[in-house]
Formats: sequence, C-alpha cells, structure tokens
Amino acid sequence: MKKKMFFAGSGGQGALAIGQMIAKAGMEEGNEVTWLPSYGPEMRGGTANCTVIVSDKPISCPLINDADVLVAMNLPSLRKFESMVNPGGCIFINSSMVPETSSRTDVKVIEIPANEKAQELGNDRAANIVMLGAILVETNCCRKDTIMHQMEKMFSGRKAKFLPANIAALEVYCK
Amino acid sequence: MKTIFKPTEGMLPVDTSYCPGCTHGIAHRIIMEVLEERGDLGNTIGVVPIGCSINAHHFMNIDMCESTHGRAPAIASGIRRVHPDKVVFTYQGDGDLASIGAGEIIHAAHRGEKFTTFFINNAIYGMTGGQMAPTTLIGQKATTCVDGRTVEQAGMPLRMCEILSQIDCAVFVERVMLNNPANVRKAKAVVKKALEIQDAKLGFTFVEFLSSCPTNWGLAPKDALKFVENEMASYYPVKNFKTPEGF
Amino acid sequence: MSKVLMKGNEAFAEAAIRGGCNCYFGYPITPQNEVPEYMSHELPKAGGKFVQAESELAAVNMAYGAAASGGRVFISTSSPGLALMQEGLGFICSCEVPLVAMNVSRGGPGVGGIQPGQADYFQVTRGGYNGDAKIPVFAPSTIQESVDMIYECFDIADKYRNPVIIFADGMLGQMMEPVELPPHKGLATPEEIREKKPWAITGKNNHEGRNVVKSLRLQPDVLEKHVEMLFEKYAEAEKELVRYKTMNLDEAEIVFVAFGTMSRICAEAIELLEEKGVKAGMIRPISLWPFPKKAFDEIGSKAKIVISTELSMGQMIEDVKMAVAGRWPVGLINRTGGIVPSSIEVAERALKALEEVK
Repeated sequence: MKKKMFFAGSGGQGALAIGQMIAKAGMEEGNEVTWLPSYGPEMRGGTANCTVIVSDKPISCPLINDADVLVAMNLPSLRKFESMVNPGGCIFINSSMVPETSSRTDVKVIEIPANEKAQELGNDRAANIVMLGAILVETNCCRKDTIMHQMEKMFSGRKAKFLPANIAALEVYCK
Repeated sequence: MKTIFKPTEGMLPVDTSYCPGCTHGIAHRIIMEVLEERGDLGNTIGVVPIGCSINAHHFMNIDMCESTHGRAPAIASGIRRVHPDKVVFTYQGDGDLASIGAGEIIHAAHRGEKFTTFFINNAIYGMTGGQMAPTTLIGQKATTCVDGRTVEQAGMPLRMCEILSQIDCAVFVERVMLNNPANVRKAKAVVKKALEIQDAKLGFTFVEFLSSCPTNWGLAPKDALKFVENEMASYYPVKNFKTPEGF
Repeated sequence: MSKVLMKGNEAFAEAAIRGGCNCYFGYPITPQNEVPEYMSHELPKAGGKFVQAESELAAVNMAYGAAASGGRVFISTSSPGLALMQEGLGFICSCEVPLVAMNVSRGGPGVGGIQPGQADYFQVTRGGYNGDAKIPVFAPSTIQESVDMIYECFDIADKYRNPVIIFADGMLGQMMEPVELPPHKGLATPEEIREKKPWAITGKNNHEGRNVVKSLRLQPDVLEKHVEMLFEKYAEAEKELVRYKTMNLDEAEIVFVAFGTMSRICAEAIELLEEKGVKAGMIRPISLWPFPKKAFDEIGSKAKIVISTELSMGQMIEDVKMAVAGRWPVGLINRTGGIVPSSIEVAERALKALEEVK
C-alpha cells in the first residue's frame, strides 16, 4: 500500500493541517509517512500545499511526480494540480469555493460543499475538517478512530472547547 | 619594613608590549588591582579585542579569550550564559568597539548584558599603525587622513558614552581620563563601582578611558597626556552619564 | 520507543536539547526559523539558555564565548547566514573550541532564494574562512538520521575540539517524518566540565593554572606548529569520520553519487530505471568532509558511468572526480536555484548519459 496525496488551498483554508492529521494518523496505524509542505512567502495569501505519502514500506522520496488523491480547496489549486492525478485516482473539490468541476474524466471527482456544511454547523473554519471526513470515507487512507485520536490531541487543554464542533464537522460525511 | 607599594598579583610579572607612554598598561593595572582587592582573580573571565590589547592576556593574570574583531560583547554574552555568577568583562579599543563592533556593543547594552565593558579610547588605530579611528578628533592627523580629519570626508567622531547612556538597560556609563595620578585613582574607583553594579546584576556597565597613543599621535608621552586632557576631554567630557540608584 | 511526527527543524532543535546542548544562539533566516523558535521555548525548560542574536556574526561569536567557557553549544542558520559566520568558524577552529553548527541550506548566490539548495557544498567543505582549517561536515538525508547525527556530533566536536557542521537543506528542515527521539543526556555539571574540558575559561579557581583561548600567533614558527597540530587532528578525523551508504554497487551500470535530499530522489530514480531494465546504484556520502573516497572502490565491474547528482551547478563533482581518479566517466545531473528535480527527470537524464558513454 502506498498512497500519494496532495492537499492544496489558499493560506488559512487548512489544507496543510488536514494533510498533517492524515500523516499523524497514518503513523499511529504503523505506516511510514512523509509530509512535505510548500514553504515561503506564497504561504500567506497565495496557494499553500503539501504532499503526504502513507505507505507500508519505507518512503525514499517525499516528492511526488503524480498523486492518487488531490484535495483542491479553491479554484487555482484545482486548475494547477488536477493534471497530476493518476487515472483512477480521486479529486476532492471544495465546491463551496470552486464554481466549476474538474476537466478530468478518468478520475473520480467528488464535490464537497465544505464551507456550506461547516457554516450549517456554525463553524466556517472547520471546512477543512468536513473535507477530511469525506476523504476518510472515500479513500481509506487512515481510520476514523486514529483521526479522532489526533483531533483529541490537537484540541486539548485550552483548545478542548473546540473539539465537539470539530468532531461534528468530521462526522458530516464520516458517520 | 613597611610595604608602601607592590605590584598587583593581577598582572603577570612580565614586561608589557605597549609603547612608552601608552596608557593601556595603567588601565590594565587598575582593573587587575580592583579584581585582586575583590578576591576575584580566580573568578573572572575576560575577553580581549583585536588591536594592541589583544596581548592583554599575556599580562592579565586571569582566564581570558581572544575575540574576532569587534565581537567581544557577543562573546561575553555567550560566556555570561554559561557563567551567570562569575565576573565577566570585555576590554576593547576604539576601532574594535566603535567601528567594526558598533553593532555588538549597542545590542549587548540593549539586552542589559550583565558584564562590564572597558573601552580604551585613544582616538586612533594603534596596532595597524595610526589610521583614523571612529573616535579620531576633527583636525587630528592619521595615516588615512594625513591633513587631519574633516567632517566632510569622515563625519564626526563617535561619542560612545553619549550613545550608550541613551539605552535603558545600560545602567552605568562613565568616562574617565588617564592623564595624571589623581585621575588614575578616580578611574580605579569607577572600575570598582562598575564591577559592584555588575555584581548586583542590574544591567550593562560601561567605562570609557580617555587614553594616549604617543607613538601614532607623534607626540612625546608627556605631550600625549596633555592632548588627552586638552583636546580629547573637550570633545569627550569626562563625567558620569548614568548610575543606578543606590550606587 | 514511540515515534512522533516532527517537522525537520523542530526535530533538529529537540535532538540538540537531548544531546545536552545548554546554549543556542540564532538569528532568523528562512528556511530554518523553526529552530530558533523551538529553542526559544523548549531550551529554557531543559535548563539551557536561548539568545536571539542581533546578527549571524553575533550568533557565532556568542556561540564561541559560550563554548570556550565550557558550554555545549548549538547554532543554526541558512546559506547566507553561514557565509556571515565563516570568519567566526575559522577563528573557532584555530581556538580549538567545539560546537555544532547546522546549515539548513537554500538557493544562492547572494540572497538567492529560500527553496532547497546544495550549492553550499564548497562553503561547508572548503570553508569561507581564511587560513588552514577543516570542519567535519555531515549530510543527513532523513529527519531521523539528522536527529541521530546532531545528538552524536556534540561528542565528535568535543573529541576533536573543533566545530562540526550538519548540512541539511530546506526540504529536510520543512518536511515532517516520524522520528524516534533519543533519551536526554542531561546537562554537564561544573565538575564534568572541569574534567572533560580542562582547557575551558571557567575562572582560575576551577582548574590548574591559567587558561587562555586564543588564535593569534605572531611568530611564524609558532603559528606553523599550531597549524600542523590542527592538521594532525584533521588527519585523525579523515580516518575516523568517513561515513557513507551504498546501494546496488555490484550490479549498477549507472552509479549516482548524491547526498541529503538528492539521494532520496536518486533512490526513487533507481527504481524507475529498474523498471526500464537498467541497473543503477548509488553512493551516498554522509560525511562530505572527509569525503568517502573509499566508497568508490566498491563500485562493481558493470559500472559504465558515475553521475554526481546535485542541487547546484556541480560542486561535489570535484570530489567525485578525485575519488573516481579516471576509472569511469563522470557525469553531472543537477538543478539549481531552489529547483528539486523529479525522480523522472533524474532517471531520464541518467539514461541519456549512459547512452552517450556506451
């Protein structure tokens, strides 16, 4: 098993964060993982993206030439990166922010109105977690219980009050 | 027989390498006398600069290290992190401190580093052979301003006490003059006070010594001391700029 | 022991803390900023001291002062910052003071860019300081290897009384990987410092005689003797510190030579070439100085070309050519400016290079 995933959005949409949660959960499940962000000034306002590899074998190269999964949180991310997805792969589109669909017909395109769903829960900032739930259901990249465990660690102490809202966001798609 | 004078244990029994009439030796001696009187010769770490006084560690009977040019305040800051309770000082000339090391001294003062800097201002680059220093006076001749320093060409000389005394965490700033025995005695009292304030860990402490360089000034030793008193002291006022309460 | 997923830069800092570092001095420069950030809140918890210096010049000199007086010191920077530290590093070699310096390198020359680069190869292996001095340089390729190396390098620095450089790049600093952290070594007590570093300037009360840490030697014969003594140490280091890994050298027609991030891309390129029926292998220098010349004696009889693979215009290739010593043609696959080539690009260029020599 080797899953190459690419998460992209604008700075602040939380694409890097859900990539990191999947990497942490993957590690907890005993897999090898890498998380590689784009870095630099473009992280502020421009596109922010990261590559996550989850594999049951050691990972030599953290850079990818192609992806099994693309998560596009905004339109520029979709346009820029949709060509890197392998035939038979998956493209997740945040349809709340992306008014069009993918031009690819050889991949599975899943449109998730992540911001709308998050707003319905009264927590627009959890759009990425809504998306994460959808990814878990569709890709089996990691298990819900390990993601829940990561969320408990992430939202602990002073941040514990945010945990229920984020669990609700995760469970929009991942019951 | 009653001993009326003896060399300080703080100075090693060797001849210094300084020119006749140079006041480095006097500055060395009063600092070392104060350390000896405090019983701190075994408890002190000193940093010497680049310049004539790089050789100070041949003469001062304490643990010392050399520094890269101008960075003694950074080095002493590092030493202070490892040795919070020792006496730490830097000994720096004007080229080292006010030119290439201007950044480090300002920032060490800003951080309120709890060490003392002894600043030897003789208004010239001594070791390299008499070039203009940041502290060279207007009109004073040097090998890189043979007709005398001008404002147009080199700007005004830097007054380090005046600059450093603006900094909140520089708690003790004083300028002294090594031109006669009475002023040498006063200077020694100032050194003592600076180290007491260092002990109290109140902040950065700074003593500037107006000093002579007869060789590079082209003056006889006595005339050099007159130059210190008449020319240097009129641009660099000898006074206390700042003392914390209670000292 | 359990693994944690850590960002490279944070893991580097944590490894230094666990290695017994009690002083860190840094100045912000991308892509290593998480090192000083992490140190600022974690080092004091471990009993150490953090200072954000006013410049890299000040940082390296603070490090010198702390290390000369017995501290276990770690500093980090990125390429242009290392250039500023060079005077200090040469000075520290001459003064025989141990410390560990990390370069999370980026593209150059000048301010250059902030994406990964290896064009500091000359800067770290040849030095930008004046005079005769050498600094052992280790180039890890994973975060785990970086952690283990930093942890160990304090002891290497102490043994040789010399700085040691860890040469990573922006990718290793910014990425996350699972890492197993070693146990805390704890901070040295004054007694331990006295015993292990009797030369340190800790005040005369703390040791025999009087200690002076110095670089100036005005008499040529004295200076020559001093430099020769340094080079006796370096000769020892050249024997003891050579480290490298090899892959498929027996079978390989193409032999990549790559370190750090580039070696990970080459490892994948080797798989791609295998799919095309071409056997490729790799020498991965871990110690860049001393350069692992003897690894080249392990190259098998099937080798047709040795390819230096670098994120620079070709710097390591000079050492590769010296190690190859005319036995095989030497090629170069490189990108620079912060561009990291894909494994596909490396494989294609390697195939082309192989065809040219066949």
